[in-house]
Amino acid sequence: MIKLKINAVPVSVEEGSTILEAAQFLGFPIPTLCHVEGLSPYGACRLCVVEVGEGARSKLVSSCTYPVEEGLRVRTASARVVRARKMILELMLGSCPQSKIIQDLASAYEVRQQRFKQEYETCILCGLCARMCTEQMMAHAIGFQGRGDHRTLGTPFNIKSEKCRLCGGCIYICPACQLRCTYTQPEKAICGGCANLSPPCLEKPNFDDMMCYMSPCVACEIKKD
Amino acid sequence: MKRYRLQLMVCAGTGCVSNHSVEIKDALDREIEKHKLQNEAEVVFTGCNGFCGAGPIVVVQPDGVFYQLLKTADIPHLVEEHLLKGRPVKKLMYSPPAEKIPIPKMSDIPFFSDQTLIALRNRGMIDPEQIDDYIARGGYKGLVKALTMMTPDEVLKEIKSSGLRGRGGGGFPTGVKWESCKHAHGDIKHVICNADEGDPGAFMDRSIIEGDPHAVIEGMIIGAYAIEKVHQGYIYVRMEYPLAIKRFQIAIKQAREYGLLGENILDAGFTFDIDIRRGAGAFVCGESTALMASVEGKPGEPRAKYIHTVERGLWERPTCLNNVETWANVPQIILKGAQWFSSIGTGDVSADPWGGSKGTKVFSLAGKVNNTGLVEVPMGIPLRDIVFKIGGGIRDGKKFKAVQTGGPSGGFIPESLLDLPVDYEELTKVGSMMGSGGMVVTDEDNCMVDMARYFLAFTQAESCGKCTPCREGTKQMLDILDRISVGEGTEEDLVTLEDLSNVIVESSLCALGGSAPNPVLTTLKYFREEYEAHVKDKKCPSHTCRKLNTYSIDEKICLKLGHGCHVCVKHCPDAAIIGERKQVHYIDPAKCSKCGVCYDVCNFKAVQVA
Ligand SMILES: Cc1cc2nc3c(=O)[nH]c(=O)nc-3n(C[C@H](O)[C@H](O)[C@H](O)COP(=O)(O)O)c2cc1C
Ligand code: SF4
Ligand code: SF4
Ligand code: SF4
Ligand code: SF4
Ligand code: SF4
Ligand code: SF4
Ligand code: FES
Repeated sequence: MIKLKINAVPVSVEEGSTILEAAQFLGFPIPTLCHVEGLSPYGACRLCVVEVGEGARSKLVSSCTYPVEEGLRVRTASARVVRARKMILELMLGSCPQSKIIQDLASAYEVRQQRFKQEYETCILCGLCARMCTEQMMAHAIGFQGRGDHRTLGTPFNIKSEKCRLCGGCIYICPACQLRCTYTQPEKAICGGCANLSPPCLEKPNFDDMMCYMSPCVACEIKKD
Repeated sequence: MKRYRLQLMVCAGTGCVSNHSVEIKDALDREIEKHKLQNEAEVVFTGCNGFCGAGPIVVVQPDGVFYQLLKTADIPHLVEEHLLKGRPVKKLMYSPPAEKIPIPKMSDIPFFSDQTLIALRNRGMIDPEQIDDYIARGGYKGLVKALTMMTPDEVLKEIKSSGLRGRGGGGFPTGVKWESCKHAHGDIKHVICNADEGDPGAFMDRSIIEGDPHAVIEGMIIGAYAIEKVHQGYIYVRMEYPLAIKRFQIAIKQAREYGLLGENILDAGFTFDIDIRRGAGAFVCGESTALMASVEGKPGEPRAKYIHTVERGLWERPTCLNNVETWANVPQIILKGAQWFSSIGTGDVSADPWGGSKGTKVFSLAGKVNNTGLVEVPMGIPLRDIVFKIGGGIRDGKKFKAVQTGGPSGGFIPESLLDLPVDYEELTKVGSMMGSGGMVVTDEDNCMVDMARYFLAFTQAESCGKCTPCREGTKQMLDILDRISVGEGTEEDLVTLEDLSNVIVESSLCALGGSAPNPVLTTLKYFREEYEAHVKDKKCPSHTCRKLNTYSIDEKICLKLGHGCHVCVKHCPDAAIIGERKQVHYIDPAKCSKCGVCYDVCNFKAVQVA
């Protein structure tokens, strides 16, 4: 067992755990966007940053990837942490303002301004869908392409994937597409919300902009045409 | 080996080759044959001499007479005078810009005399494709000493106490890294040489490889021996370096033939070999975790490094990655001892490996200095000496403004801090870094907002896009800088820029994002008045940001000197210049789009910019 202190509260957790897991065990909230239990840690959104170490040597690290160390001192909501989180959320609002999760987080962190050039991206490049597809669905149908600002998510060459099983896992997990299919409320299911998230597994011209890219949609069972 | 009375060392570095040094060698060979001097003089291709602005370069050994800016037409005269009659040719020598008195010997030229060579000690002295040349200058002696007279632990101890630190950017103590790798669990370990060198304008590593590939290989063999359980090493070279790759291939082949690589090296029961991997060409692939992913054939993307690569690197095995220049220092340290090495430089590393900067550092000196090129200087040398002694001061008598160290993500250091010693900690303290060794000098004509924007545009384009602060943040920074440079910036923008920069530095996943804002942060700190002029007065003090300029024509000059030549009218894209031939011309400010073309084309400097 590894002993450490989170916000001055001592805790001991198993070796190999992450700071995030230790903090969750104590009930300290840390926002995450690219991390979901059951998928491998990725460390890309940087929303889960926490401050570790003392004085001049202290630094911000992503808690979802940082393994606990003996005697580590962690602050999950120091001024420095909050400042970074607010700025990251502001950047996300600048790129993907229509995501409900991002809006909610921004409001929880009292982000009251968005000083940057406004864009309307449909994807925050968190990579959850690709990890879902690869690690849970074993399909390897989608992944990242391109670099930097040109990074996108999709199937190789953006054509309909033979490997995709239309399981809907990628859509289920996507934090940017919030109007997810709820088949108990069919009226809500006709959401078009996922038209937002360019359906990664299907050939793009294949679906009309109104609706489902899954035909038949495995989740909502509403058949197209 | 055959001995010659004279050796003519023709620089075959990339700079000299593009200035036709190959033709120079052919001409030399021809003239030597003509005068039947083949048995007395030999012409040899060497690696880069570093003084690229003076190329093509020929150095006549053993006297070290230095000829520069040669043309094939100069060669008959040179051979006849120097080789035949023994009279070195003055007009082909270097003379300092101020004095105009030729300096015959390479070692007396200030550009060279203030340098200290360890990593580049063989530059211009050997044919890099001949292992015998390397051996003749003491090559592989360090390896022999390590393998036959020292235990792996003793080798490690020597490197540790030498104070050698990584030359690839981070300045991590090399001995400490080797030790962690040595102690990491695993039966198979690897060493890697990072020859990705993606910084624009930097060519330190390329020059070392092209000029002295065996030094790197020898360093890697010694490292593998010290770390133990290492039998395979990799050299990750960027694809854009075909000559470097070729030199490595030849060197590895020769080393194998000499039993210096492969099974049972030097009969010491130690087996180690090296393979070359070609880089995919992205800047971020030089980052350690991205590099290892790329060697494994995966996309070159960084991952969180909280579990160090010395413990879990290439194929999850303990892996020690060092830079080209770091490896090239190793043989000399083993040969001459840690004490010799640590006598050069700053601080004290006997207790704290981070306690000082030892040995030398190679910089590629570029920008507005008289002498540009590759220089190797002792740690601790003041920046002022590099700029003004070795670099020969600012070109055209202009005023120095700032020097950027550390490559595209290095900070700009102003005049007031020029006495700063070259030292990892000192450079970091003022917001810059040692980095990989880029050094760009700017003068009064450079706009610091524009410089910051230029370098940020580079790193922004090279971001891999994985993490939010770097991908989105650098894009937004660039957007703000773009707006400032066309006069659409506000004072609040400066605050936003600073806040955003700080968060990107603190929260990015890898060091690319972690350092990309440095040029912006340092220029905001040391040259804030320039930013303010852009956002408050909507003026660019150095007139670089053209959209902030006002162009007008000086009537007197236009008429008296130019006789209304009408040239500007033809070039103006917006028909904003009014005037008949032989008459005074005017610019209509309402139509002028401030492209600055008229300013560039008027031969009489009649166009004024304010
Ligand atoms: C974006 C980025 C690019 C890098 N590029 C290089 C490079 O081209 N060459 C290099 O040696 N190190 C580069 N590094 C540093 C390496 O990650 C690593 O620290 C270094 O190779 C370790 O060797 P050293 O300890 O001998 O310096 C880069 C780092 C980052 C973050
Ligand atoms: S729907 Fe297709 S792409 Fe999406 S997770 Fe399932 S298999 Fe993968
Ligand atoms: S599509 Fe959704 S889940 Fe996939 S990377 Fe984009 S935001 Fe993340
Ligand atoms: S799959 Fe179809 S019904 Fe389900 S959420 Fe997406 S668009 Fe709506
Ligand atoms: S800091 Fe930039 S280069 Fe590094 S992982 Fe993040 S996006 Fe990629
Ligand atoms: S080019 Fe210069 S000199 Fe000629 S007309 Fe224009 S301003 Fe006058
Ligand atoms: S700056 Fe450009 S647009 Fe303006 S007058 Fe000169 S050439 Fe014409
Ligand atoms: S949740 Fe940790 S970086 Fe995204």
